[in-house]
Amino acid sequence: MSTVTAHTPEAPPLSFLDRVAQATPGPTRLDMCIQCGTCGGSCPSGPDMDHTPRQIFAMIRAGMEEEVLASNTPWYCVSCYYCMVRCPQEVHITDIMYTLKSMAVEAGLYGDMTGADLSQTFVSMVENYGRSFEFGLATRHYLKHQPLKAVVRAQMGFGLLTKGRLDLTPHKIDNMDQLNAILDKAKELEVSA
Amino acid sequence: MSTPIDNQDTGKERIGVYVCHCGSNIAATVNVEDVAVWAQDELGDEGVVVSRDYKFMCSSLGQELIERDIEQKDLTRVVVAACSPHLHEQTFRSACGRAGLNPYLCELVSIREQVSWVHTDREMATEKAKAVVAGGVERVIENEPLEPLHVPIHEATLVVGGGIAGIQAAIEIADAGHQVYMVEREASIGGHMAQFDKTFPTLDCAACILTPKMVTAGMHPNIKLMTWSEVERVEGYVGNFTVTIRQKPRYVDTDLCTGCGICWEKCPKKIVDEVFEAGLGYRKAVYTPFAQAVPKYPVIDTENCIYFQNGKCRACEKLCPTNAIDFSQEEQFTTITVGNIILATGYDLFDARRIPQYGYGRLANVFTSIEFERMCNAAGPTNGEIVLRDGVTHPQSVGIIHCVGSRDRNYNNYCSVICCMSSLKFAHLVKERTGAQVYNFYIDMRTAFKDYDEFYQRVLEEGTLFVRGRVAEVSDAARLPGEEGKLIIQAEDTLVGKQRRIPVDMVILATGLEPRKDAKDVAHKFGISCSANGWFTEKHPKLDPVATMTEGIFIAGAVQGPKDIPR
Amino acid sequence: MSKYLFYPGCSMQRSARPYLDSLLAIQDDMAMELEEVQDWNCCGATEYAAVQQMGSYALISRNLALAAQQVNGTRDVMAACSACYLNLAKTDRYLRQDPALAADINTALGAGGLHYDPGTVSVRHLLEVVFNDVGLESIHNKVVRPLKGLRVAPYYGCMVVRPDPDNRFRNPEYPMSLDEIMETIGAQVIDFPEKAHCCSGHMTQISPEVAYELIRRLIHAATDAGADMMVTLCPMCQLNLDAYQSEVNKHFGTDYHMPVLYFTQLMGLAFGHDPVELGLGKEFISSREVLAKIGVDVPEVEEKPTPARRKKDDPSLPMPSMPKRRTSKVDEENT
Repeated sequence: MSTVTAHTPEAPPLSFLDRVAQATPGPTRLDMCIQCGTCGGSCPSGPDMDHTPRQIFAMIRAGMEEEVLASNTPWYCVSCYYCMVRCPQEVHITDIMYTLKSMAVEAGLYGDMTGADLSQTFVSMVENYGRSFEFGLATRHYLKHQPLKAVVRAQMGFGLLTKGRLDLTPHKIDNMDQLNAILDKAKELEVSA
Repeated sequence: MSTPIDNQDTGKERIGVYVCHCGSNIAATVNVEDVAVWAQDELGDEGVVVSRDYKFMCSSLGQELIERDIEQKDLTRVVVAACSPHLHEQTFRSACGRAGLNPYLCELVSIREQVSWVHTDREMATEKAKAVVAGGVERVIENEPLEPLHVPIHEATLVVGGGIAGIQAAIEIADAGHQVYMVEREASIGGHMAQFDKTFPTLDCAACILTPKMVTAGMHPNIKLMTWSEVERVEGYVGNFTVTIRQKPRYVDTDLCTGCGICWEKCPKKIVDEVFEAGLGYRKAVYTPFAQAVPKYPVIDTENCIYFQNGKCRACEKLCPTNAIDFSQEEQFTTITVGNIILATGYDLFDARRIPQYGYGRLANVFTSIEFERMCNAAGPTNGEIVLRDGVTHPQSVGIIHCVGSRDRNYNNYCSVICCMSSLKFAHLVKERTGAQVYNFYIDMRTAFKDYDEFYQRVLEEGTLFVRGRVAEVSDAARLPGEEGKLIIQAEDTLVGKQRRIPVDMVILATGLEPRKDAKDVAHKFGISCSANGWFTEKHPKLDPVATMTEGIFIAGAVQGPKDIPR
Repeated sequence: MSKYLFYPGCSMQRSARPYLDSLLAIQDDMAMELEEVQDWNCCGATEYAAVQQMGSYALISRNLALAAQQVNGTRDVMAACSACYLNLAKTDRYLRQDPALAADINTALGAGGLHYDPGTVSVRHLLEVVFNDVGLESIHNKVVRPLKGLRVAPYYGCMVVRPDPDNRFRNPEYPMSLDEIMETIGAQVIDFPEKAHCCSGHMTQISPEVAYELIRRLIHAATDAGADMMVTLCPMCQLNLDAYQSEVNKHFGTDYHMPVLYFTQLMGLAFGHDPVELGLGKEFISSREVLAKIGVDVPEVEEKPTPARRKKDDPSLPMPSMPKRRTSKVDEENT
């Protein structure tokens, strides 16, 4: 049996498209996008995005990494999944948006970090208590980002409180050590992926 | 086993093996040289005396190679490892015949369709090719020389389906002097085309083209029409098919009926016509689908007939001037013998209710393309007036949505071919008859045939606005001023890169084509194959586009896949 | 009695307390037995995955692993919060589909002494359990006070019906199960065009202006359709539509008054339960008036803040007590 002897050049560095696909669990089908605009048309916050999801996908293919990761688009995704169930090519749009968020956090390219900080605050709360609690989330988040609006939020928090719908203290799960061991291991795996 | 041609010394067959590269089709995945050498070395015990590989075995040089070997090396058997026997079995058998070997002592084994095209691992593909060749050698040893037999055939043809494709096929065969039987499920021939008003790209009237052909088919001495009938059973083989046809009772004696129409004028039961009028108009319980029906005789719809349901009424029977109503009719089975069968059973339309976000069935002024065709038809429910569901209001703005149920992996992943052009036709008709503002929402404009793009240009000139973006949803929930009471079409205008909400009065959904619901059963009944989608498969898209894998059974029209009328 | 392993989720214990209370109130009527998943943790909502994908799957998988240990007579894990349901269901689905991901996740779980075989539990949402397991007929049989004359806009939101990883709802665009449940308890269900549109999710925290518009669309459509109230099945949806409604009115100069209740609260009313037991009156946009229409009297909830639990080692001194805060209505009249 003859063997292929052609010169094999060193593998080129992964494209941005490849890296987005690799960082997303399961298939993305990003390469199947036909640019029809169903996602951009369906998106509830589409009018407020820098780029419609469709444009983001074209930009990913064009290798426009900085522009993509600096865009507000993934942060304005509300996870409503309309785009994903309507996409005629079954592109995993919402999953890709999550990937872009985590890549943007790492790259530090998105100017308005409100969304990123919300997520970070949430994550640190979960890592401290195992559960989230809205009061802590809202105050920490708002005092940092929108101190003026924090007043509005404080009133609402007060309303929730008086109606017995808000606690001021977090519930902590019993086996916090176990959860942290699991999350630490997952973080290691995330880095190596 | 008999060995009719003596082996020279060993008593074994003398076998030649010929391995084809098929350019790179096979050679890219299978090491053909290796297969050829291996057959020579390893299959000697089976009787292989020569084994060769060649770039294109089916070329005249390749065939001559085999012929020369047969003559010079006294081959008694030939195995060609190449493409599927469907493609070139005849080619190589003929070559053997020319060299004096009985053609049936040649076997073609497929190392293209069954090996190189379906594998990527070269080493394993090569091993599989060897196994396939070894199998071919074992088999060819058992072959016996055969002589072709001549049997009488019937020259009549059965055409199943009386739409434009079936009618055209029937007329051409009948004009050539052969007998045709045409079986149609509905009460009249004509099919979908009879429902249309205008046809693209010429905008000539569908009826003006179709009805003369229907009349020709109905009157042709060589065509026997069997409407309100279905094929029950098919037996036999090419040239000799025995077909049993089930004729549903019309409850009208066609020998007596003159088609005068008194019965359906007087019938007291009015129902929505879901078939011909696509749910947009009414018919009676005794009816012909449309005025120009061929044949002209009506049928009684027992599910809605008052007499069949309650045992009372009989108005049609009492008033028929020729006493043609016959409530005692029963199903009849007829057996015919034909040599060929043409399947022209057509297509169904995608059910727009499957896409709830477009609102069809919930939002009154969302229409399907076939509803709109009926609306435009001068003989249709609105006498050709384009109005909203209230029956009186003319729309001032209309949105036409392309690709409804097509090019979508959630429904049908293929392009339905006709919708771009019919949507352009709709845009033109709306403009012409109402002056309304028209928006066409498309993914890609596909106007690829003669005079089609010119038609697109014309519709652009008429002022239709095109939005490149697949519509996300149609809603009656007004969000912004100007949207109240309208249907709002929400889409990304991809050429602007912005989401748009366009309020309109009427939405037309260009629904795609689908195989008939019972396509798989029909394919099974006639012993032919269909694709995963359900379209009937031709023998070869280029070499034999209207034949099927079953000899004597042919396909015509959109039963093969989405097609427009010119095709 | 049908048993379910119950995953309440963080909101049910807090802002969605009325959802939990009403569910617990009617569980016997529906012959449901709820066994809480022991020591469950947060599902990560829509935030955790934005920071770490692997971490988010591990976080969720801990719950699946804990639930799997409790499988006994039932393998149904039921969540009432849409985001919790989707996170659990989607993760189980992805783990089943992607053995490499499952292996990684089990490596992480292993660090905490846990293991999960994908598919061990079956993740379900309360709405689907009520619709399919309890069924309309049993619901009908329990109704003692049909909600005649109450016009409700059934609101599903997103994550229960989309992306529907296990194909349980089958209608991501125009679901009908909640409509049918509401009809069964005697309510007049309106054809609500925005029934599966987005409540704005976490956008209230990121860009309130964007969020207000999304909320306005829904309330506007329900008002336009003549609904007395919206009925929902998700804590986040309820919070956004209810708690932010006055902000929306301020922002757009509108005067919407659209109460938003949980479907379990309305079922509880129809089953004859006491409004207080069902957590009624805790909503911002009061449902008193519309419920009075059908003869239900919702008592005013005492507006008394629950004092924060004081930590054992908290050295701080108590705050001076303040005069009772006046309602905003009085404020407006005074100015």
